[in-house]
Amino acid sequence: MVRREVFKVAFATIVRKEVNRFVRIWPQTILPPAVSMALYFVIFGNLIGTRVGQMDGFSYIDFIAPGLIMMSVMNNAYANVVSSFFGAKFQHHVEEMLVAPIPNWVILAGYITGGVLRGLAVGVVVTAIAMCFTHLRVSSVLTIIAILLLTTVLFSLGGMVNAIYAKKFDDISIIPTFLLTPLIYLGGVFYSIDLLPPFWKAVSYANPIVYMVDAFRYGLLGTSHTHLGAAFAIITLFVIALGGYALTLLERGTGIKS
Amino acid sequence: MNALEILGLEKVYANGTHALHGINLQVAEGDFFALLGPNGAGKSTTIGIVSSLVKKTAGTIRVFGHDLTQNWFEARSLLGIVPQEINFSQFETSLEIILNQAGYYGLPRPLAMERAEKYLTQLGLWERRNDLSRTLSGGFKRRLMIARALVHEPKLLILDEPTAGVDVELRRSMWTFLRDMNRGGTTIVLTTHYLEEAESLCQHVAIIDHGRIIERTTIKELLATLPTETFVLDLDTVMESPPALPQYALRMRDRTTLEVDLARGQDMNDLFINLTHSNVRIRSMRNKSNRLEELFLSRVNRNPEPEKGNGQA
Ligand SMILES: Nc1ncnc2c1ncn2[C@@H]1O[C@H](COP(=O)(O)OP(=O)(O)OP(=O)(O)O)[C@@H](O)[C@H]1O
Ligand SMILES: [Mg+2]
Repeated sequence: MVRREVFKVAFATIVRKEVNRFVRIWPQTILPPAVSMALYFVIFGNLIGTRVGQMDGFSYIDFIAPGLIMMSVMNNAYANVVSSFFGAKFQHHVEEMLVAPIPNWVILAGYITGGVLRGLAVGVVVTAIAMCFTHLRVSSVLTIIAILLLTTVLFSLGGMVNAIYAKKFDDISIIPTFLLTPLIYLGGVFYSIDLLPPFWKAVSYANPIVYMVDAFRYGLLGTSHTHLGAAFAIITLFVIALGGYALTLLERGTGIKS
Repeated sequence: MNALEILGLEKVYANGTHALHGINLQVAEGDFFALLGPNGAGKSTTIGIVSSLVKKTAGTIRVFGHDLTQNWFEARSLLGIVPQEINFSQFETSLEIILNQAGYYGLPRPLAMERAEKYLTQLGLWERRNDLSRTLSGGFKRRLMIARALVHEPKLLILDEPTAGVDVELRRSMWTFLRDMNRGGTTIVLTTHYLEEAESLCQHVAIIDHGRIIERTTIKELLATLPTETFVLDLDTVMESPPALPQYALRMRDRTTLEVDLARGQDMNDLFINLTHSNVRIRSMRNKSNRLEELFLSRVNRNPEPEKGNGQA
C-alpha cells in the first residue's frame, strides 16, 4: 500500500477517535466550560461589569467577552490532548499506534487536530452563550479564524508535551493550575493592560497569552494594544518551537518507550 | 526467506538491567516457532523491541528482509503483535478497537468493517462487538487482542503468552485457530510457559535464559532429550535420603516425598518393584506439574549462571 494513503487513513482514524472521545464524555468536556462561561457573564458581565463602566471604550461585558471565549478555547484544547494522550499512555493503548506503520508526526498531527476541534467546539458553545448576554460584533473574520487556529494548535501542543512527561494523574493538572491559569488571568482577559503601571505593562508583553487575547479581541472588537503582525509572529514561533519539541520527544520515545 | 531475523540484539534498561546479551535468532517463513524461557528471561523484551515498543541498545532486526529501523514502514506493515499485557482503551467497544487498529494500518473503512466482522466472528466476539472492552472477561480480552493483531492480515504474527489465564477449552480452540492460521501461510512466533502448547503447535523452538539464547532446535529433538516424565511419590516411609537405586534419578523433596525422573525405556512396574524391595512404601503418586520448568532447570544447570564468567564491565 502507498505510504501516503496509509498515513492519511491513520490520521483520519486518530482524529475520529479523538472527536468520538470528547463527544462521548460531553458532560466532562463541553458542559463545564458552558456553565462557567454563563457564570462569568452573569457575575462579571452583568453584576460587576455595570459598575466598572467602560474599558478601552467598550462596555465591560463587551470587553471581556473575547477574552473569556479565548480562555475556554485555550483551556479545552490543552485539556483534550493532555488527558487523552496521558490516558492512552496510562492504559497502554498508545502502543496500538506505536506498533503500526505510522510515523510520529502523524500521531502528533492527529492528537493536535483533536485538540483543535475540541477547542473550536467549545468556542462555538461559549460564543453562543456570550450572545445571550451581549451583542457580539465581528470586525475581522480572517483574524478570528487565524488566531483561533494558531492558539488551539499551540495549546494542544502544550497538552501533548505535558502528557508525554506526565507519570501520574497529578502531573496533568500541575501545569494548567500553576502556569496556564495565572498566565491567562494575567493575559488581559479581565482588564485592559493599559490600566497597568509601566513596569507591569512591560512584563505583560512577555506573556504570549496577552498577544493571543489581544489579537482575538481585535478580530471581534477591532481594537488592540499589540501589533497584530507581532502577535502572529510570536504565536507562530511558539507553535514551531513547541511542535518541534513535541515531535523530538515522540521520536525519542520519552515517557512512552522503555 | 527468513520471516524474522534478530542479530546481536542488546538491551540495557534505563535502570541498568541488562536484559538481553546479544540475541541471535532466525525464524523461517512459514514456521511455527516457540520462544521459551523462565520468568524474566527476556522474551517480552525481545518481542517489545520487535514491536517498536522498547528501544534497542544495539543490534539489527529484519522482518521479511526489511530492516526495522530503516524500512520501518514495510517491516511494521508485515507484523502483527499480541502483547503479554492487555492494552486496550477501556472506554471503547470491541468493534471500535478493531476499526481503529485497521485505520492505523491504512485500511479504508469498508475493508476495515469487512475484516472486523471476519475476525471478530472467527474469534467468537461478533455478538459482543458493541460491548466495552473492559466488560469482557479475561478470555475474551485475549481473543480480542488476537483479532486486533490480525485485522491487517500480517505475514508474521507474534504472540506473547496468548493463552496465559485462559481455560482449557478456550486454549484448545485458540490452538486450532493458530494452527489454521499457520497452515494458511502466516509465520507464527509465540512464547508460552506450557510445554504442551509448544508441543502441540510448534516446529522450532529457542530457549532463552538470562538474556541469551541457550538452545535452538526442533521441538521433536527437544522433547527427545526430556525425561519422559517426572513423578512425585508421597511415602508412608520416613527417609533421610533416597534409596540406593542408581538406575533411577531420585531426589527427596522432603522426608516423605520422593521425586523420580523416568527416562525413556524405564517403566513404572520396575520402579515400584525396586522401591518395594528397598522397603519404600508408597501412599500416592502424581505428575510433577510443569515439565517446562523441569526443562529449564536441566538447561540452566548445564549452563551455569552466565553473568559470572563475564566479569563486570
Ligand atoms: N521496563 C523495564 N525496566 C527495567 N527492567 C525491565 C523492564 N522490563 C523488563 N525488565 C527486566 O528485564 C528482564 C527481562 O524481562 P522480560 O519481561 O523480557 O522477561 P520475560 O522473559 O518476558 O518474562 P515472563 O515470562 O515473566 O514474561 C527482567 O529482569 C525484567 O525485570
Ligand atoms: Mg514476558
